Amino acid sequence: MYATTLAGQRFGFEGLRTLLAKATPARSGDELAGIAASSHIERVAARWALAEVPLRDFLHEAVVAYESDEVTRLILDSHDAQAFAPIAHLTVGALREWLLAAPAEALIAVGPGLTPEMVAGVSKLMRNQDLIAVAARRRVVTRFRGTVGLPGRLSVRLQPNHPTDDPAGIAASIVDGLSYGCGDAVIGINPAGDNLASTISLLNLIDDLRTRFDIPTQSCVLAHVTTTIEAIERGAPVDLVFQSIAGTQAANRGFAVDLALLAQGRDAALSLARGGGQVCYFETGQGSALSADAHHVVDQQTLEARAYGVARAFDPFLVNSVVGFIGPEYLYDGNQILRAGLEDHFCGKLLGLPMGVDVCHTNHAQADQDDMDNLLTLLGVAGVNFIMGVPGADDVMLGYQSTSFHDALYARSALNLRPAPEFEAWLEGMGMLDAAGQVRLPDSRPALLDYAP
Amino acid sequence: MKPPVPTDPFARLRELTSARVALGRSGPGLPTGAMLDFQRDHALARDAVHAPFEPERIAAALAPLPSIVVHSQAVDRGAYLRRPDLGRRLEPASAEALRGGDCDLVIVVGDGLSAPAAHGHAPAIVARLIAALAGWTIAPIVIAGLARVALADDIGERMGARISLILLGERPGLSAPDSLGAYLTWNPRVGRLDSERNCASNIRPPDGLGYDQAAATLTWLLRAARARGMTGVGLKDESGNEGRLLPLHGATGCTHLEGDPGNTSPVWEREGPDRGLPAEAKLLRSVGGSDWEGEGL
Repeated sequence: MYATTLAGQRFGFEGLRTLLAKATPARSGDELAGIAASSHIERVAARWALAEVPLRDFLHEAVVAYESDEVTRLILDSHDAQAFAPIAHLTVGALREWLLAAPAEALIAVGPGLTPEMVAGVSKLMRNQDLIAVAARRRVVTRFRGTVGLPGRLSVRLQPNHPTDDPAGIAASIVDGLSYGCGDAVIGINPAGDNLASTISLLNLIDDLRTRFDIPTQSCVLAHVTTTIEAIERGAPVDLVFQSIAGTQAANRGFAVDLALLAQGRDAALSLARGGGQVCYFETGQGSALSADAHHVVDQQTLEARAYGVARAFDPFLVNSVVGFIGPEYLYDGNQILRAGLEDHFCGKLLGLPMGVDVCHTNHAQADQDDMDNLLTLLGVAGVNFIMGVPGADDVMLGYQSTSFHDALYARSALNLRPAPEFEAWLEGMGMLDAAGQVRLPDSRPALLDYAP
Repeated sequence: MKPPVPTDPFARLRELTSARVALGRSGPGLPTGAMLDFQRDHALARDAVHAPFEPERIAAALAPLPSIVVHSQAVDRGAYLRRPDLGRRLEPASAEALRGGDCDLVIVVGDGLSAPAAHGHAPAIVARLIAALAGWTIAPIVIAGLARVALADDIGERMGARISLILLGERPGLSAPDSLGAYLTWNPRVGRLDSERNCASNIRPPDGLGYDQAAATLTWLLRAARARGMTGVGLKDESGNEGRLLPLHGATGCTHLEGDPGNTSPVWEREGPDRGLPAEAKLLRSVGGSDWEGEGL
């Protein structure tokens, strides 16, 4: 039982799980789950109480039972006591201050000593500027053909989805995106149908285009991990193995995966030796556990951090939170999406993940492109590894709005960020950069158009 | 300084995809026209989400078919969006009004996330289904405000229907603000899983599924459901049309239910096995009491 007295009122919180939920900034998903603070003052009281909780408590009190949840077991069994030692004496409130003052090397070193729940807890005590400032100091660099996450760089996943997986339509979006300097994080297609034949043909399409123009990037078809494993067995050119993941064993079961299957997927991709050791691409999003009725009465942001606990076990090349995709019952409006995006980026980075964010919204959320501009800009400042590049911000297959090729140009030029170095050199070689290093408008028929059917 | 570029050397790419490619640019930004195009489409979609539902308009369009208007527990659009659980249960007076009965099918017309979709497309589908379902005992059409898919479980259970079919507006996409979805459930009971349903989506002529095609699909599904005594994954497995007929998958599908617009999923498009116009269905006139076995149309 945690308790505090604030403004003459006594507040009690039954266990870490309740305390974390009550301390969370307001969001519709926690209200839907019936676990949100019932007043502003209760929320602040929970933060006071949380600030006084020793970090050691998180090692002794699991928010989801150790016995019944393999994600909890992964988190606690892989906890690095040596890395934890420098902060072992701290409370959550003191951890916030430690993080704000810590040099970059210390932030990297402490990672394995932090559990996702500790990171979620401290994020609840942080203002947006804290989330940005600490994340900006915690660079996470990953490599495949290209290098993503370097300081001063912003990469883009080119997302050329098509309602019927039409190869010509997808190729058109890829060519368009490349002409804006997008695609250095990955060229990643969400297939309209999750079947083996179309997955393989889409993989071949990207690989053919990539090799024809010698583009230093990676390809991915975001099919279920079992489909990708099968594609690998059939000899398909798989760079990255994709999977959506969540923060509880039961929610992962809803995605038809478990830790063993993720390991199997990673091993399959590694067996092809097409890149280095970082071959996984994971997507996450607050609310996925609740929507699968697998949340164990834990707040959605803490569960999201636990999904990062899953991801970091597989040394991924890319991870992104699809922050506004799930809808207004989890993140109601632009404010909630913005806050969640900053939290997810911060938590992922602190846990050592190469975080990108799909800055996005649906049509039934109270959000528009101005909200997306705000979050995109803040994430650029926070050093986000990559964002999405969708033609005109309108994903015509998934039916939601993300960031566009133009948005990527804006963020790079406004914040003085550049593409991944290998990709930048390729753009230059293709004559696509101007003297200032910005993607220029072609003045004659661009070579890339040769690919368009 | 270069002037704004209204077109793009990549313009021919536009012929290859409905995606917003080759928009041109001004510096890093969008040309004004492309920016406002997006805002127009987003405005249409948002307005569709918040458009008021007009049950009486549906009832009038269905007449002389008997209908009854009910409401979910969501008190307004805001509550509906924040609390999907409330949209899945009937408010007490509506629940009271739907007591008892025994019928093959109840058809529910709900607003879902796009009232314009229900207003525009549902009556035409209902009329075709009633005409096609010879020999079926069909309850009065239930018109449900602030409805989620699973509200049809509550309605079907209360009305003693062996199958519930709910037609409701799907989440508007930028290019499809008025797309209708249809979800059918064998033996509807509160708590049914999405994997126990089948659906046809993106009913939206002329760009999406047409009325005749959608009605034929649903008629085939309804007959197959009745013959096999099931809906959902099992029906898919028995159909021999895997990938064409869409069962709803698992708990995570919940997000996509009333979420994805129809074009995200394959829809079963086969012609119904017997599309000839049948004799008329027996349609019940009212709910509850002795009128339950009402006269046919």
